[in-house]
Amino acid sequence: MKHPDAIVIGAGIVGASCAERLSADGQRVLVLEAEVVGSGATAAGMGHVVVMDDNEAEFALTRYARQLWLECAHQLPAAAEWEPVGTLWVAADDEELDAARGKCAFYRSQGCRADLLSAQDLYRAEPKLRPGLAGGLLVHDDAVTYPPPVAAWLLERARNRGAEVRTGVRVQALEGGTLRLMNGDSLQAGLVVVAAGAASLRLIPGLPLQPRKGHLAITDRAPGFVHHQLVELGYLKSAHGSALESVAFNVQPRATGQLLIGSSRQFGQTGAEIHHALLSRMLQRAIDYLPGLADLSILRTWTGFRAATPDKLPLIGPAPDREQVWLATGHEGLGITTSLATGQILADLVAGRTPGIDPTPYAPARFLSAEDERSSIPEAADVHFH
Amino acid sequence: MSDLHPSREIVVVGAGPAGLQAALAAHDAGARVTLVDASPEAGGQIWRGGHPPSRIAARLLGRLRDSPVQFLRGCTIVDAPKPGQLLAMHDGNPLWLSYHRLVLATGARERFLPFPGWTLPNVLGVGGIQALAKGGLDLAGKRVVVAGSGPLLLSVAASLPLYGAQVPVIAEQASLSHLVRFALGLRYLPGKIPEALQLAWRLQPLRFQAATYPVRAHGDMRLTAVTLRSADREWTVDCDYLACAFGFVPNLELAELLGCTVREGFVVVDNWQQTTAPDVYCAGEPTGIGGAEKAMAEGAVAGLAAALLPEDANSPVSRNLHSQAAPHLARRARCHHFAQVLERSFPLRPELRDLPLPETTVCRCEDVPLIHLEGCSSWRDAKLQRRLGMGHCQGRVCGAATEFLLGWPMQSVRPPLSPVPVRLLAAAALAKADDSNPHPQTRPGQ
Repeated sequence: MKHPDAIVIGAGIVGASCAERLSADGQRVLVLEAEVVGSGATAAGMGHVVVMDDNEAEFALTRYARQLWLECAHQLPAAAEWEPVGTLWVAADDEELDAARGKCAFYRSQGCRADLLSAQDLYRAEPKLRPGLAGGLLVHDDAVTYPPPVAAWLLERARNRGAEVRTGVRVQALEGGTLRLMNGDSLQAGLVVVAAGAASLRLIPGLPLQPRKGHLAITDRAPGFVHHQLVELGYLKSAHGSALESVAFNVQPRATGQLLIGSSRQFGQTGAEIHHALLSRMLQRAIDYLPGLADLSILRTWTGFRAATPDKLPLIGPAPDREQVWLATGHEGLGITTSLATGQILADLVAGRTPGIDPTPYAPARFLSAEDERSSIPEAADVHFH
Repeated sequence: MSDLHPSREIVVVGAGPAGLQAALAAHDAGARVTLVDASPEAGGQIWRGGHPPSRIAARLLGRLRDSPVQFLRGCTIVDAPKPGQLLAMHDGNPLWLSYHRLVLATGARERFLPFPGWTLPNVLGVGGIQALAKGGLDLAGKRVVVAGSGPLLLSVAASLPLYGAQVPVIAEQASLSHLVRFALGLRYLPGKIPEALQLAWRLQPLRFQAATYPVRAHGDMRLTAVTLRSADREWTVDCDYLACAFGFVPNLELAELLGCTVREGFVVVDNWQQTTAPDVYCAGEPTGIGGAEKAMAEGAVAGLAAALLPEDANSPVSRNLHSQAAPHLARRARCHHFAQVLERSFPLRPELRDLPLPETTVCRCEDVPLIHLEGCSSWRDAKLQRRLGMGHCQGRVCGAATEFLLGWPMQSVRPPLSPVPVRLLAAAALAKADDSNPHPQTRPGQ
């Protein structure tokens, strides 16, 4: 493609969604990917499509995104392993059950299907959970998916509308609408969308992004071991706190019968190696909730990097002070869920349409001032810069 | 100044010919040595369970028994998270091993190539059927077709009648002209292999078919027959077992995890068997397929160098090391010649790439047929999009096959190197806190 209208940097699920939506608007899209389709955080992540209610903007984005998933679920390829299993938030004690009750009321008031589970209901739903838990909250329309084939499917749709996808192409630098590639070539387009996850920082130094490392482990096949995505309610505290390191019980049944075990968060790490102290904590946490897990075999462990912003909301929209450059990054741990909404919102804004939800909370311009950016980064996170 | 480092800790991974020699040489040179092997017996694939053991194997295993080298049997390496440290599984528990220097002697495995029916029960490896026979598999009166490529075909075929099996045919895919060149090249190598080959040639002259390969294994629930093809004909042989493998591929997983440079499928080493990763040495099949003699020579060099090379790469190498290593270096040079002959003599014929049909399984763990790989650009792409190599063996079987079929080098080895219970990894951090030095404090002879 000689003169694309738009270049999308990154063929993860977010870049793929942007390319798919832009091409639907008639744009001639060129997608550049440094490795292969869906290979970064898209491959590393859990593939949990979940509505989260940590704050209003997060809730609006995740609910809108989940709606888009539900609308296209029947078209997804089998390899996407779409399983509408729901999320079961596990309450360990009465305090957490109270939190579940409040969460349940909120979801229902917003039209999301959710049920509070007593302890008895909980064990009927998930008999392998350890005894002594207080109950839980079942959010029905959440789902799990295997994201790399979804990214490939989105790009296939874009290709059918004339888009081109080049893999193994690394962008060295970005100057306005001009890209310099590692191989020395230059490319130009009126619109450049940076959707390179944590690697976006390399292209636009100074973005309010930090890599937040996560560990995952996957077991051998154990069909029927659990039936829902299981997450401890304490996850909300650990995932959204700014501690340097945290773990939470988060176990997902895969379509293959395997169990995917998360989750952990670490700031200040840039190497991909396994951090065994943290992995041990994460797995022990999972065993605490599911004692039978101890005897399953782990086939593989790996790490990945979430692109975290100071306020945990993504960057969707024009890059401040950069003509022609737009951002679709900073999705932290919710990039799979929010990918479809990100592409839609970005395409709407580019086309001058009013997006389905208010886009202002995700506008990169909210971090316009460098001073503001500094002061709003949590203290612990600063360690990364020193 | 003495070049002995009495406190130097050396871990040797793999107790086959290379690892045994490395461990004993390093010990003799004054190092504290821990030798680990995943199996309960030392000897590696080649010597394990041999009855009677070969003289050289018996000698090395005896020396190991009598030495203060710490031998951890049934010990599997799980991860190498940082320099100087390995996480292992031993007796079902996590064990941290710390080392100043590490010798990788991880050996090789058989290469399997897919063809219709290759996943049927009773289709086994060549080394595989020999190991099962040693382990008690009853082959009395069974018909075993031996096929694939490499000198192992002949030595295994020669040994099978000892277990009561009949070998109706040995199908070697390499051409007769290549084999003749191999036989001529063998004059350069003193050792066991030529004897085994001559024996096999004598015993089975009519049953040996060069330039012949299996195209289909037949049977519903288990194997009943195999169809073979040569230049001018295709015929079907009834059989109970098919022992089939196309040479060897080195076990590189740990080397790759440690960041050792791998070129054209083998670990790059220097004259002292040092890899490109600091303090990591490598010997035996991972540096080039060459059999036990090469492995022993390289193992001895690696063990001596690991024990005696100075910390500072710019310091001069001691005369002691030079003089001790000299005979092994000479032997290694002869063995490298053999390895080159071996490599040239058994090239895989391109027709083997056409054996799998679109529906033939390539990845048996995840049931991925060849046709599912269409449109994929690389191993990683196929892994992410089609589940290739995502299963229990983590690509150890299909990785070598797709490398040959499609030219995809396997990428991204991930820990654990073999499956381990969740409980083990959950306890790994604790094991480290409790037992930061896994080596016994007092050891015989020290």
